[in-house]
Amino acid sequence: MRLKAPLTMASMVALATAGFAQAETTLTIATVNNGDMIRMQGLAEDFTSKNPDIKLEWVTLEENVLRQRVTQDIAAKGGQFDVMTIGTYEVPIWGAQNWLVSLNDLPAEWDADDILPAIRGGLTIDGELYAAPFYGESSMVMYRRDLMEAAGLEMPDEPTWADIEKAAAAMNDKENEVYGICLRGKAGWGENMAFLTAMANSFGGRWFDEDWKAQFDSPEWKTTLDTYMNLMNNYGPPGASTNGFNENLSLFQQGKCGMWIDATVAASFVTNPEDSTVADKVGFALAADNGLGKRGNWLWAWSLGIPAGSDATEEAKKFIAWATSKEYTALVAASEGWANVPPGTRTSLYENPEYQKVPFAEMTLRSINSADPNEPTVDPVPYTGVQFVAIPEFAGIATQVGQEFSAALAGQQSVDEALAKAQALTTDEMEAAGY
Amino acid sequence: MARTVTTNRKIINTAAAWTIGLLIFFPILWTILTSFKSEATAIADPPVFLFFDWSLENYRVVLERSDYGRFLLNSVIIAGGSIILGIIVAVPAAWSMAFVPGKYTKDILLWMLSTKMLPAVGVLYPIYLIFIKMGLLDSRIGLTVILMLINLPIIVWMLYTYFREIPGEILEAARMDGATLREEIVYVLTPMAVPGIASTLLLNFILAWNEAFWTLNLTAAKAAPLTAFIASYSSPEGLFYAKLSAASTMAIAPILILGWFSQKQLVRGLTFGAVK
Amino acid sequence: MATHQSRSAARLMMAPAVVLLLGWMLVPLSMTLYFSFKKYLPLRGGDLGWVGLENYTRFVTSSAFWPSVQATLVIVGAVLVITIVLGILLAMLLDQPMWGQGIVRILVIAPFFVMPTVSALVWKNMFMDPVNGLFAHLWQFFGLAPIEWLSQASMTSIIMIVSWQWLPFATLILLTAIQSLDGEQMEAAEMDGAPALSKFFHLVLPHMARAITIVVLIQMIFLLSIFAEIFVTTQGSFGTRTLTYLIYQRVLESQNVGLGSAGGIFAVILANIIAIFLMRIVGKNLDA
Repeated sequence: MRLKAPLTMASMVALATAGFAQAETTLTIATVNNGDMIRMQGLAEDFTSKNPDIKLEWVTLEENVLRQRVTQDIAAKGGQFDVMTIGTYEVPIWGAQNWLVSLNDLPAEWDADDILPAIRGGLTIDGELYAAPFYGESSMVMYRRDLMEAAGLEMPDEPTWADIEKAAAAMNDKENEVYGICLRGKAGWGENMAFLTAMANSFGGRWFDEDWKAQFDSPEWKTTLDTYMNLMNNYGPPGASTNGFNENLSLFQQGKCGMWIDATVAASFVTNPEDSTVADKVGFALAADNGLGKRGNWLWAWSLGIPAGSDATEEAKKFIAWATSKEYTALVAASEGWANVPPGTRTSLYENPEYQKVPFAEMTLRSINSADPNEPTVDPVPYTGVQFVAIPEFAGIATQVGQEFSAALAGQQSVDEALAKAQALTTDEMEAAGY
Repeated sequence: MARTVTTNRKIINTAAAWTIGLLIFFPILWTILTSFKSEATAIADPPVFLFFDWSLENYRVVLERSDYGRFLLNSVIIAGGSIILGIIVAVPAAWSMAFVPGKYTKDILLWMLSTKMLPAVGVLYPIYLIFIKMGLLDSRIGLTVILMLINLPIIVWMLYTYFREIPGEILEAARMDGATLREEIVYVLTPMAVPGIASTLLLNFILAWNEAFWTLNLTAAKAAPLTAFIASYSSPEGLFYAKLSAASTMAIAPILILGWFSQKQLVRGLTFGAVK
Repeated sequence: MATHQSRSAARLMMAPAVVLLLGWMLVPLSMTLYFSFKKYLPLRGGDLGWVGLENYTRFVTSSAFWPSVQATLVIVGAVLVITIVLGILLAMLLDQPMWGQGIVRILVIAPFFVMPTVSALVWKNMFMDPVNGLFAHLWQFFGLAPIEWLSQASMTSIIMIVSWQWLPFATLILLTAIQSLDGEQMEAAEMDGAPALSKFFHLVLPHMARAITIVVLIQMIFLLSIFAEIFVTTQGSFGTRTLTYLIYQRVLESQNVGLGSAGGIFAVILANIIAIFLMRIVGKNLDA
């Protein structure tokens, strides 16, 4: 068979490499294919040159696949990874199960006290830090200053939802494929539901009352969805119901969105002249509110954690301390410029005069500081988490609810139908989970 | 062919067939073209077909970012290993079914095929637990065995249909000459069965190469094949059409080329020998 | 002709394949069965005890169950019809004399080699994207509003993608069948002056019956379990949640292994119902 020759050669190569790998420890790192993470891979030589006995194996996956893989692995105790990239949703749940290794003993020069309190709080359970933040984000309004100016409007630093609608209407120019506002519509707990849950907070809505009863039948959720649908149907881009973060980013970079309310990390992408056609025209404002004391912004940190059961805990800690250190930030700044350093994790970064020159630095910090995962809503709730509810059932439930809302956005059902279905399925699932 | 056709008719046929052929091929062509564009050109409005600055930049970026060679090697080893294992198990089974058919031979064949209908998602958890117990997660061996099991029914069935076409008299003659069972298989049967085995190998190599559920869920770094390679290029932040196209082209090119070169065997393989 | 000895040798030779497949079927299946009677939530500490048939009733009574069975059948059925009808037409065209037949055949067969993940990604982003997709540009060129493929025409989109992947397979097999059609028979029919349509129904179609059966059988096996195409494009929203995808959501997204396992058992039952029907027909047709 023609196949045979390359095969034997291939297996010989495989054997040879296996032989060489004996002496060193291999860290298997599961990470998401975000720009910051890809950059980290590129710079990892700095780490391996300092630690020649540690070899890094990267498993870079798209976000949905990554989540599926790491959750499956940690739940079934597969032990395939030594470092996992996880978010503020997973950390409290996994930490409470003792599935993660505590990072309280990272070296002193790592400077845990420098981590932004809001971010650190979200990653700490009972005094144990279970993951180190690689970058943190909130959400904010990114808008086109040139279009606002042309419309004779000005965006306040702290807009209300009424301001948002006015701006969207003014900038909307569908003839020229400029849409007033781009928001997430793609179904998923980390996609449209992240946005809508945070938005509902600003309207006084909540997922559950103090007895864990679902609240989708409340007038607050109805107002939230009505406002959202109104914005998207009148001023949104076509196909909004399949747009997630990436789709909207690409639309905004092409100059097709007047305004976009999304993760603060997007700021460095939309102001990067290499990828963005509107790099020098973007303004920033806090996420909108409704005068109720809560804003519609979330809090998230992509973080690095070590699953309990990893056989290279010490090496993994070394790596995490490197990747989330001040030195790493300086390394990125030196090679890629300050605008590209991983944002939102350290106080010292925001005190750095070099970084303060970055146009979105201040608004990012203000957004992060204004989110409170421990008291996310107007009315009291039994859960923590701003744009999520930190219980294991949430991801599954919220993805299904997200599908109902997404279908409503696509015009396949009314807001009332979507809310009724959301209420029914949430109640059902919560009962099944024994609440 | 005895049928006569006018040149006109032939022109029409040619035009129609080429149009449809190109239409069907277009998504692949478009992907390949896009892989040579810049990210901005990839989404240009109106779309640009051929007249742009051809560049290998995307390939450079992809090669720099991922260890393509290792993914490729894993794909080759896993897919290749699974078909070789499969053939070793399937040849004797297919042989006995074809030449010593029993009362239940056909039922066994149909039952084998029906195991392919088990939903993979439903048994992911059990398999995962078994793999942990046996230390097979992220190992080429584990994945090779799984893919072999998945394709085994098809391999058996295909070989069975090929073997049945081999005239029994030849075997009788060999037996008369005092050939043992082993000799019968090695010296008589195998040479006659080579074309059938070749196309069986080929089709199942393609199926194993493209399998995306188990290969993604049971691997991490060491054994990850091209399906995992692709998962790191789908919808990252920002513009990605061109890089995705380059990665896609790199993932499908080996199998596309292999498939094209061996088209004839494939047609035979695909039809399970039942259509001639 | 078969001696007693060769019979037992035959059994011995069959044994590895049978035992392997039996193990491959029984071990995971019995574990799935075991889990399906348990409340098993890995994120809540794993095994939380026996719950009898609760998982089954919950899975069936959930509002997502019947729509998912329906979605599965619609996708399988539609793709089968499309690939077979278009496959027959295309095979008949390719059978005609023409220039460059070999190259056309290569073009037509190409999609079959493309990984499902890749083809879903390419279709989703580069064709069906309502802003940057080629379809959107095409629609705008004709002055039409672009279709939001994956949300407004979600089922159609998935069926299109899957059909594109499987049309080559159907075409190729049907083409081989047509090519083997006896030229003399056709000529005789032509001499009789039989109209094209009746020629097709009385001569071509019956001749292809066996090939069509094979296409149905093989495609059915693969279509019942399509996953990548949905995972990449709609993630099961807009009514495209198939039974396979529903189970995936239960097991992996909700990490409810008990409930998902019950769903898995239902999927096995559904697959077997279809298999029995299919095998009956195929078994008859294949032996001829």
